[in-house]
Amino acid sequence: MSAIPLTPEPGLPGAVPPAAAPGARAERGEARRARRWYTQPALMSGIAIMTIVLILAIGAPLFTSYNPNAQNLNATLLGPSAHHLLGTDQLGRDTWTRLLYGMRLDLRIAFLAVLFPFTLGTILGCVAGYFGGWIDAVIMRVVDVVVAFPFYVLVIALVFVLGPGERSIYIAITLVGWVSYARIIRGEILVAKRQDYVLAAQSGGLSNVRIMRRHLLPNVITQAIIYSMSDIIQDILAVVTLGYFGLGVPPPTADLGSMINDGQNFLSTHWQLTTIPGLAVVLVGLGLSLIGDGLADILRPGQA
Amino acid sequence: MGRMTFVLRRLLQLVPVAIGVTILVFFMIHLIPGDPARTILGIHATPRAIALLHQEWGLNRPLISQYWLFMDRLLHGNLGVSLFYGGSALSLILSHLPPTLYLITYSSVLAVLISVPLAMIAASRKDGARDHVVRAVPLIGLGMPQFWLAFLLIYAFAIKFHFFPVSGWGSGFFGHLRSMFLPSLTVALALAPVVIRSLRASMLNVLGAEFVTTARSKGVAGKRLFLRHVLRNAVIPAITVLAINIGFLIGGTVSIENVFAIPGLGQLMINSIFQRDFSVVQGVTLVFAIMVILLNLAADMAYAALDPRVRFSR
Repeated sequence: MSAIPLTPEPGLPGAVPPAAAPGARAERGEARRARRWYTQPALMSGIAIMTIVLILAIGAPLFTSYNPNAQNLNATLLGPSAHHLLGTDQLGRDTWTRLLYGMRLDLRIAFLAVLFPFTLGTILGCVAGYFGGWIDAVIMRVVDVVVAFPFYVLVIALVFVLGPGERSIYIAITLVGWVSYARIIRGEILVAKRQDYVLAAQSGGLSNVRIMRRHLLPNVITQAIIYSMSDIIQDILAVVTLGYFGLGVPPPTADLGSMINDGQNFLSTHWQLTTIPGLAVVLVGLGLSLIGDGLADILRPGQA
Repeated sequence: MGRMTFVLRRLLQLVPVAIGVTILVFFMIHLIPGDPARTILGIHATPRAIALLHQEWGLNRPLISQYWLFMDRLLHGNLGVSLFYGGSALSLILSHLPPTLYLITYSSVLAVLISVPLAMIAASRKDGARDHVVRAVPLIGLGMPQFWLAFLLIYAFAIKFHFFPVSGWGSGFFGHLRSMFLPSLTVALALAPVVIRSLRASMLNVLGAEFVTTARSKGVAGKRLFLRHVLRNAVIPAITVLAINIGFLIGGTVSIENVFAIPGLGQLMINSIFQRDFSVVQGVTLVFAIMVILLNLAADMAYAALDPRVRFSR
C-alpha cells in the first residue's frame, strides 16, 4: 500500500484535506468559491515549481554542455566549481548534467506510468459502482487482493519477474496502482448514480455506456484527478526506489535512484552525491503536493 | 451483532482474499518472459537442470493442476527450495522474520510518539502559526524517498556524530534498541506526515463536538480538556490510519533494511532478486501479504473492542 492510503475516506489523507470546524465551513467555502484559480497561493507556487522543473528536465541539453554518460577519469569526485556546477561523481561525470537527464527520465516514466492505472482504475471503478451486484463483488475482491500486498513489495516483485526496464515498470505500476482509482471512482459513482439527472437519463432510455461516459464520469473524475497528483509522487518514488535497487533503467543511463546508489559509497566524504538527487525528488514532490492541494481547494469548495 | 458474530464474519471475509493472494503469487512465475525455468537458471543452465525445475514446478501440466500442486505444497508449509542456498525457502524466510517484525513494531511506536504531540499542537490553535508549520510537514515528507532520508540520518547521527551505529541490528535487547533506532526513525518519519494529517483532522472534528462544548462550559480547559476528552476520542481514528498504512510501513522496511544492512525479510528479498532465487522472492512476497492481512485483522479487532459502534453498524 502507499503513503497515500488506498481507502479515501473523508478525513483521511489522500481523500479530503482536513475538515474545517463546522461553523467556519460555510463562510470559508464562500470565500474560496469567490477566489479565482490564479489567486490560489498553493496552486500557483506548485505550478511555478513544476514549470521550472519541467523546463529544466525537458530542455536538459540546453542547460548543460556535458554528456551525462561521458566519463572523465582525470576529474573524478570534484567539488562544485564554475566548470562543474555540482561537481562530478566517481567516474568524473558532471553531476548537474546527470541530475537534469535523470529527472528527465524519471519524470517521463512517472507521468506516463500514472496514465495507465488512472484509465484502468477509472473504468473498472465506474463499472463496479454503476452495475453493482456480482460485477461489483468480483472487482472489489480483486481490489482487496492487490491491497493486501505492500505497494513496494509487489512492484519490486513484479519488475523482478518481468525483467528490469522501463516496460516492466509501466506494467507493474498499472497492475498495482489501479486499485486506488477504482475505489475512489466506485465510491463517487455510488453516490452520483442516485441523483435525479441519472434517473432522468435512465428513464430517457439512454444506454448504460452513454450514461456512464457522458453523465456520470464528468461529475466524478475530479476526485481521481486530485488523487493522481499524489499518485505521480508515489510513482516517482517507486521509479527512484527501483533505480536504487538496480531494477530500473540499466546503467549508464542517468536515473536519480541509481545516482543515490552510486553516491552512497562516498557518503562520508562526498555527501552531496547522495543528497542532491534526493533533494530533486523532494522538490518535485513538494510541487505536485501543492498543485494537488490547490486543485482540491478549487474543485471541492465547501468540502475542504 | 454480538462480538463473536463480528469476529466470525471478519474471518469469513478473509477467505476470498487469502485465495486471491495465493493465485497472484502463484501467477508470478507465468509473468516471467519465455520459459521460466530457462530464464531463472540463466544461459549456462544444463538441459537436465531445466527439466528438473520443470518437473518440480509441474510446468508441463495444465495451469489449474499447477496451482493445485502449488497450494498442496503451501498448505504443507513447503515454499519450495532456495536455488541459491539450497535449503527450504520457508525456514530461510522464518529466520529473517524477527528483525522485520522488530522494525515494524519499533517504527509504529516512534510514529505515534512523533505524530500525536505534533497533531495536538496543530489542532490546539487551528490556522495559527504552529498549525501552518505542522501542515507544511506532509508537503515535504510525502515526496521524500525513504532510503534517501535514511542516508541523511546516517550522515548526521552516525558519521558526523557517532550516536548510533551505521548498520546492523545489534545483539541483545538493548543492542537492538540502539542499532534499530535510526532505521525505525526513518520508517516512522516517512509515515508521520500521513498520520499527523489525519490525526489533526480527527482532533478538529472532536473539538467541534457537542460534548467538548459541554466540557468547556463546565470549565474544563487546556491540557485536561485535550487529554481527557479530545485525545481519547481521536485515538481510534489514529489506529485506523496506522492500520490502513500498515502496507506502506511494511513496504518501507524493504529499502530501509537494505540501507542499514538489517538481516530481515526485505534484505532477503533484494538479495534473492540478485541471485535470481525465484522461490524465495515468491515466498517473501507471500509472507509480506500475510503480514498485512493479519495486522489489518488485528487492527479491526482492536478497533471493535475499543469502539462498540463498529460491531453494531455492520
